[in-house]
Amino acid sequence: MSSQAATPARSGSVLTGLLIAAGVLSLVLLLGVAVYFLFSSIPEAFWNSPAGWVAVTTGQILAFVVVLLLSLAFLLYADRKIWAGVQLRKGPNVVGPFGLLQSFADFLKFALKEVVIPAGSDKAVFLLAPFITFLLAFIAWAVIPVAPGWVVSDLNVGILYLFAVSSLGVYGIIMGGWASNSKYAFLGSLRSAAQMVSYEVSIGFVIITVILLAGTMNLSGIVENQRGWFWDWHVFGGGLAGLPLTLVMLPMAVIFFVSFLAETNRPPFDLPEAESELVAGYAVEYGSTPYLLFQIGEYANIVLMCCLYTILFFGGWHPGFPTGAENWPPVLASMFGFGVFAIKTVFVFFLVSIAKAIVPRYRYDQLMRLGWKVFLPTSLVAVIAMAAYRVFGPEIA
Amino acid sequence: MVASIAFYVLAAATLLSGLAVVMSRNPVHSVLFLIAAFFSAAGLFVLLSAEFLAMLLVVVYVGAVAVLFLFVVMMLDVDFAQLREGFAKYLPLGGVIAGLLAIEMIVVSAAVVTRGAASGVRDVPAPAADATNAEVIGRVLYTDFAFLFQAAGMVLLVSMIGAIVLTLRHRPGVRRQNVHDQVNRTRAQGVSVIGAPTGVGIPDDLPQAARTPAE
Amino acid sequence: MIPASSLAEALGLAAPELILAVSAMLILVGGAFGGRGSSGVASLSAVAALIGAAVAAAWGDQGVAFRGGFIADDMAAFAKAAIYAASAVAVVLGERWLGRAGNAQFEFPVLILIAALGMGMMASAGDLIHLYVGVELHSLALYVLAAFQRDDARSSEAGLKYFVLGALSSGLLLYGASLIYGFAGSVRFDDIARATAALEGEGTGVLFGLVFVICGLAFKVSAAPFHMWTPDVYEGAPLPMVAFFTTAPKMAALVVLARLLYEGFPEAVDQWRQVVLIVALISMAVGAFAGLAQRNLKRLLAYSSISNMGYALLAISAGTAGGIEGLLIFMVLYMVDSLGLFACLIAANRAGRSMENIGDFSGLSRVNMPLAVTVTVLALSIAGIPPMAGFWAKYFFAFQPAIEAGLWGPAAFGLLTGVVAAFYYLRLVKTIWFDPAPGEADVPPLDAKLIAYASAIWAFPVFYVVVSLIEPYAAQAGRSLGLS
Repeated sequence: MSSQAATPARSGSVLTGLLIAAGVLSLVLLLGVAVYFLFSSIPEAFWNSPAGWVAVTTGQILAFVVVLLLSLAFLLYADRKIWAGVQLRKGPNVVGPFGLLQSFADFLKFALKEVVIPAGSDKAVFLLAPFITFLLAFIAWAVIPVAPGWVVSDLNVGILYLFAVSSLGVYGIIMGGWASNSKYAFLGSLRSAAQMVSYEVSIGFVIITVILLAGTMNLSGIVENQRGWFWDWHVFGGGLAGLPLTLVMLPMAVIFFVSFLAETNRPPFDLPEAESELVAGYAVEYGSTPYLLFQIGEYANIVLMCCLYTILFFGGWHPGFPTGAENWPPVLASMFGFGVFAIKTVFVFFLVSIAKAIVPRYRYDQLMRLGWKVFLPTSLVAVIAMAAYRVFGPEIA
Repeated sequence: MVASIAFYVLAAATLLSGLAVVMSRNPVHSVLFLIAAFFSAAGLFVLLSAEFLAMLLVVVYVGAVAVLFLFVVMMLDVDFAQLREGFAKYLPLGGVIAGLLAIEMIVVSAAVVTRGAASGVRDVPAPAADATNAEVIGRVLYTDFAFLFQAAGMVLLVSMIGAIVLTLRHRPGVRRQNVHDQVNRTRAQGVSVIGAPTGVGIPDDLPQAARTPAE
Repeated sequence: MIPASSLAEALGLAAPELILAVSAMLILVGGAFGGRGSSGVASLSAVAALIGAAVAAAWGDQGVAFRGGFIADDMAAFAKAAIYAASAVAVVLGERWLGRAGNAQFEFPVLILIAALGMGMMASAGDLIHLYVGVELHSLALYVLAAFQRDDARSSEAGLKYFVLGALSSGLLLYGASLIYGFAGSVRFDDIARATAALEGEGTGVLFGLVFVICGLAFKVSAAPFHMWTPDVYEGAPLPMVAFFTTAPKMAALVVLARLLYEGFPEAVDQWRQVVLIVALISMAVGAFAGLAQRNLKRLLAYSSISNMGYALLAISAGTAGGIEGLLIFMVLYMVDSLGLFACLIAANRAGRSMENIGDFSGLSRVNMPLAVTVTVLALSIAGIPPMAGFWAKYFFAFQPAIEAGLWGPAAFGLLTGVVAAFYYLRLVKTIWFDPAPGEADVPPLDAKLIAYASAIWAFPVFYVVVSLIEPYAAQAGRSLGLS
């Protein structure tokens, strides 16, 4: 991830950047209009047939993946800029205007390199590992509702699905570390697996408090439950009648934030790849495309967790005050919701970046102590308190 | 039609991975195939529209249990060639038992096909149409099966106690980090300023406590 | 049986289990904060909890709860009272023994409490799931108890062996249970009975399943040919744990087997009787003949328990209310004898080492007269020599129902093996009274001595009074399964 050799930024780059952005925007708009007219000419019956369903779902998946990959590129850039800013550095500023295209340059660099498979490694597992990480990071997005009605699959047990997929994430790491046939990689993967499994437990309990509050495991339902003012958000107890629950939910939100940092191996919990101890942890032996897959998967997971954080605690696409968006045209309301959701998610990502920039790395025993001795009991008590409030307390709207 | 294709694909995947668990030479591959088998079984649950169970199967078995299996197998370095030494010797007996079990399975399946699964002994009340999986399970789990639910909890408790009794050793002289003490340490406890005159240095008879800062 | 109408009522029926579970958890928390010094208090509270649970079982309400899965009737009450009492004795023996071995831990009484909880569940099980969970709960606790002396290689080996073979038997049990469920469409015993009655001879598959379940439970009671683990585990595990293994778990497993057979398969008596009889006959033969070759007393007692399980299964195979009554009283008498003998083994030490071999006992009469008399009385009793309790247990309570059900042959075979088995008990008696003593014996510890004396007194005179007191309850329990 080293930035390219520093050369002074060219003066015309701002203008070029603006021009490129305008060009891309107009292209997208034109494409949208063309697609709209194309689709409106297809009869209704087609959309109800299996073939139509497949077409729609494929389209949705493509839209999700493209938008996600593009935003990942810029979030990665933002991450590095924020980190640099805290350290009074400039960060990537060479490729493209303000270095905006740095991620794409990195992408090309990785994609064009030769894939090296170490001797003595388990080839199939070695190549399967990054693939699994990448795949899991993307299939999780199937249930994330980014705006009213904008979700690929509105599962009843959506939150369990997410939990299941995120608990599978450990396989990519443990398989990669083992298959590399290297001590450092294996140690890194063991650490990482133990860490992820430990923090999953408290994440599970925090999710249970939210489920108890919302009364549903459907993510759209959880978001709808936070409609209205900002005190209807789950972090404030999901409504005025639940305001005392802030005492439970605010700590739960903090625990969830810290746990998801640990679950996604973000600093200050990036022990698996602690470069001063383990070179690069489970990824020591990886390079070029497989390494790229690991990295994209990791970042997709982080952004996923940011989205989940927004959905579970901070009202998803609800801005925190009544807007009357229900009465708007559906497309407009969804656009607005998506904007709100994106802003919130980016803010959470900003917090994640800041945490990376300003918090020193945990020692392994401290990490385990925090997970098992602090978070687990606290979240357990919170589940009991929440259940008691739901049974004996006032009805929360 | 789609459902039956999905069923046959998933069932075949489950069986083949199950076979591969037993047949693979590398124990780590065995565990990975076991995970694949769990996964396909979860898919079969989804086909039965028991999505809650499917997710739990993935979370618990794939996400937690199999990870521990993998841990153990990766670190144990099991020599399968050695384990297979008695294979030929026990093959006849194992074959007979496997054959018996297979015959039983066939008998059961045949009976179910001819008579239908022996139902009708007790009417199962149909759940409300709009009730979700989790709701229906929750309603019986915390009422009719509350006792079993708690008993299952006791089973887990006893295995935890067992693990601790058999493995935990209180070694003397182990220094542990005590975060509370660390945080509560004041400057006075940690630092001592000792006058060291030029050319003389620290006096030799300085008490040990002053020499090394308090823990 | 009246089904419980509310959750509170259902929990009331399960009061003994609640007492055990709650006190186990309280003792655990107390012990965790109290440290290693708290094992005495923990054991005392565990004994109190066991007595409380026994009282609750004996005098509590009766009925059916949790969708027919939990049955509190006379048989369950009788079995639970006996199981809890044996567990309490085991807590006392074990706590003192572990204290002397320098391994007193508060987890020991907790494990016994949880084992007793599981065994109580088995005694009350009204469906296959409760049966299985009960079996698993008590087995896990027993595996840990077998390996409790973790620095002793033999104890660890015993624990591991017990665990592996126990897991195998659980697998058999589950496989059989799922076959039964597949055919009957229900896990409840009464539904299974209705379903098998409706099958009318087409129930081969159900019987397949039943055979597997019987095999699984035979593992747990260490009946031959599923006894392989018994001598090794008994030899390796700590003495008080073995005393516990030989008593309470067997009672629980036999009671649940009886309930499954009588309530679940009343129409198929002829079919399952063959299976149970085969297991019983092999057990009697193996117990008697393999015991002859043993020099180690713990292994000898293992074979003795195998042959006694044969007699108990003979009583079950009668298929009548009298069979249940006989089983219950036989098991109570056997439990007392067995606990007494193991208490003697704990009490008999020479130079700090337990007298494990028969040879160690030579001349005990000249060294420690009261202990010698105690061992003799108990050995004669378990051998079935009149006028001791064991004689009546074997011939009146185990063989009589079988004979009444027309099973002359097996009863005669049992008599024969009983005579063979008597040889090794008599050899022990001869060693004690007629062989020269190699040296002084240690002063026996008070707890083991008292328990040994008490069971010896029970085996000879007291039994005649007590049996007439408990017989009505046992008879009532036998009738509670709705048989003639």
